[in-house]
Amino acid sequence: MTIAVLLKQVPDTTAKISVSGNRVDEGAVAKWSMSPYDEYALESALQLKESGVGDLVAITAGPARCEKLLRDAAAVGADTLVHVSVDNIGALDSTQVQALLAAAVSKTGANVVFCGKQAADTNSGSTGPGVAEILNAACVTLVSEVSSDGGGFIATRPSAAGQEKVGVNSPCVFAFDKGLTEMRRPNVRGIMMAKKKPVDVWSATDLGVDLGASTVTIEAHSPPAEKPPGQKFEGADSVPTVVSKLRDEANVI
Amino acid sequence: MEITVIAESSGNSLHPITSQLVGAACALGGSPTVVVPGGNGANEAATINGVSKVVSVVGDCFSSFDGGAWASALTPQCNGVVLAGATPNGREIAARIAAKRGIAIVQDATALSGGINITRPIYSGKAVETSSVSGDCVITLRANAFDAAGSGGSAPINIVDQSADVSVAIKEAIAKASERLDVSEADIIISGGRGIGERENFSHLEEVADMIGAAVGASRAVVDEWGMPHSMQVGQTGKTVTPSLYIAVGISGAIQHLAGMRSSKYIVAINKDPDAPIFGVADYGIVSTWEDAIPALKSALAAL
Ligand SMILES: Cc1cc2nc3c(=O)[nH]c(=O)nc-3n(C[C@H](O)[C@H](O)[C@H](O)COP(=O)(O)OP(=O)(O)OC[C@H]3O[C@@H](n4cnc5c(N)ncnc54)[C@H](O)[C@@H]3O)c2cc1C
Ligand SMILES: Nc1ncnc2c1ncn2[C@@H]1O[C@H](COP(=O)(O)O)[C@@H](O)[C@H]1O
Repeated sequence: MTIAVLLKQVPDTTAKISVSGNRVDEGAVAKWSMSPYDEYALESALQLKESGVGDLVAITAGPARCEKLLRDAAAVGADTLVHVSVDNIGALDSTQVQALLAAAVSKTGANVVFCGKQAADTNSGSTGPGVAEILNAACVTLVSEVSSDGGGFIATRPSAAGQEKVGVNSPCVFAFDKGLTEMRRPNVRGIMMAKKKPVDVWSATDLGVDLGASTVTIEAHSPPAEKPPGQKFEGADSVPTVVSKLRDEANVI
Repeated sequence: MEITVIAESSGNSLHPITSQLVGAACALGGSPTVVVPGGNGANEAATINGVSKVVSVVGDCFSSFDGGAWASALTPQCNGVVLAGATPNGREIAARIAAKRGIAIVQDATALSGGINITRPIYSGKAVETSSVSGDCVITLRANAFDAAGSGGSAPINIVDQSADVSVAIKEAIAKASERLDVSEADIIISGGRGIGERENFSHLEEVADMIGAAVGASRAVVDEWGMPHSMQVGQTGKTVTPSLYIAVGISGAIQHLAGMRSSKYIVAINKDPDAPIFGVADYGIVSTWEDAIPALKSALAAL
């Protein structure tokens, strides 16, 4: 069995996001990293692979800079690397992104997909369920753990009462929340091997996807609205003042 | 404009987001159809002002959550522009309905205007995106960002029998460690960070929480280091919350924590370091140790 992991390269969570000319200035991003939930998805997929379930293909869609992300994934154990080459991934709408990723998954022959619950740039959470829909697959979101169970899988997700374990069979998609363990660090051997690993670069045409035009047009990006400066008080003696302001000014208690 | 609202229920009643979705639909100039998954809260939905009709979709698949099955059963009723709540289940069903219809989805809108123009935070709130959509689309709306529609209406209710194949089977329920209110459901949250010193001291925050009906949250530092439940974690890799009041105690205000709580309506910070970044987002900052401030808070609340 082949497990596909969808990995997105995003500005590191510590990176400052600046806006110039009505767009987020990607050139000013100091550091690009794997989206945090994707790291949990990858780690969990690696553990599943090590339990003998199958091999692991890492898939990313984005511009040339994303190759680094694939090498990072190879360094910790991804077997095959797929780069769906798209220059302006941010300008594509959800249907276009999902069509590309679903086609790439199909082309690798994978029938189990791991991804993040939401990417740190879009914060959407659309891709896992959307790809599942295209692949006619089951989807479990907000997963913290996945293990194999005979021919199927058991996943842990939150429920109204706490958590629950659910069973699904392939084809299926798991969208990860924070997992049980942080992503492992690569060792030197892993890093060396990853450098030599071939990357399959596929365009939309190679995938047989006719992207068409985006139906969502980005009009502008802007910095978040400045909050009016708050009021600051010294010492615990000020607590009663703050409490009465919360009641009379803010009306929240 | 034809607009369909997907209701969200919690238990047998409607989640407050439903009325906000209707409010947003009416502001766009629509008189929406409200589709109620499993029928829970359909009668209540019919009383929301501005609703043209309620479609209660009932079927076996609604007895547990399988986004794929729910979307299959609901999609035939979801025409025109579809609005759902940007809640975990809402996002999943909405994404799946959009993919099924082959139309785009935009998640987590904080403002809408005619056309449709959509405003939403991106990069965890470090930037804001405005976009316009041509044709039908699915949009999820952030809780508490839109004015709720009033009640008093009496829309007709159609009941539609429609189930779908379920492929996510519940195997085992694992009970919550505590019976406390969840941060994603609370209107007031009091969160503690490393400055609280040790896990046991969270009991002081719980006492305050009990006085004002608040949920207790935590920074990642204490979730990771003191083994507190991840469900309490607020931030980039925890929950994004938008309560009316967020009280941060002994939390420095790292950018990843702010990502999860900066759009709270009012923020109170209690921190002994006057330069802690949390004061940058606080409406009311109190420079004090929690050891001094929490007892004072308890007596001030008791005196209300
Ligand atoms: C990819 C990634 C994702 C992350 N996701 C999250 C996330 O989801 N949520 C999150 O919270 N963090 C997250 N973090 C971690 C974040 O960077 C910080 O490390 C964390 O938020 C710090 O927690 P803290 O404020 O409790 O601790 P600290 O930064 O150690 O701050 C403790 C504060 O307590 C104050 N203090 C000390 N003693 C007292 C006292 N007696 N009374 C009052 N105040 C006192 C101090 O002045 C200080 O400001 C993430 C980090 C990364 C890299
Ligand atoms: N361009 C992409 N390349 C690879 N994976 C992606 C891409 N976009 C989204 N994903 C995956 O889908 C998840 C959810 O993304 P989103 O729907 O944008 O919030 C991410 O965490 C990734 O696992």
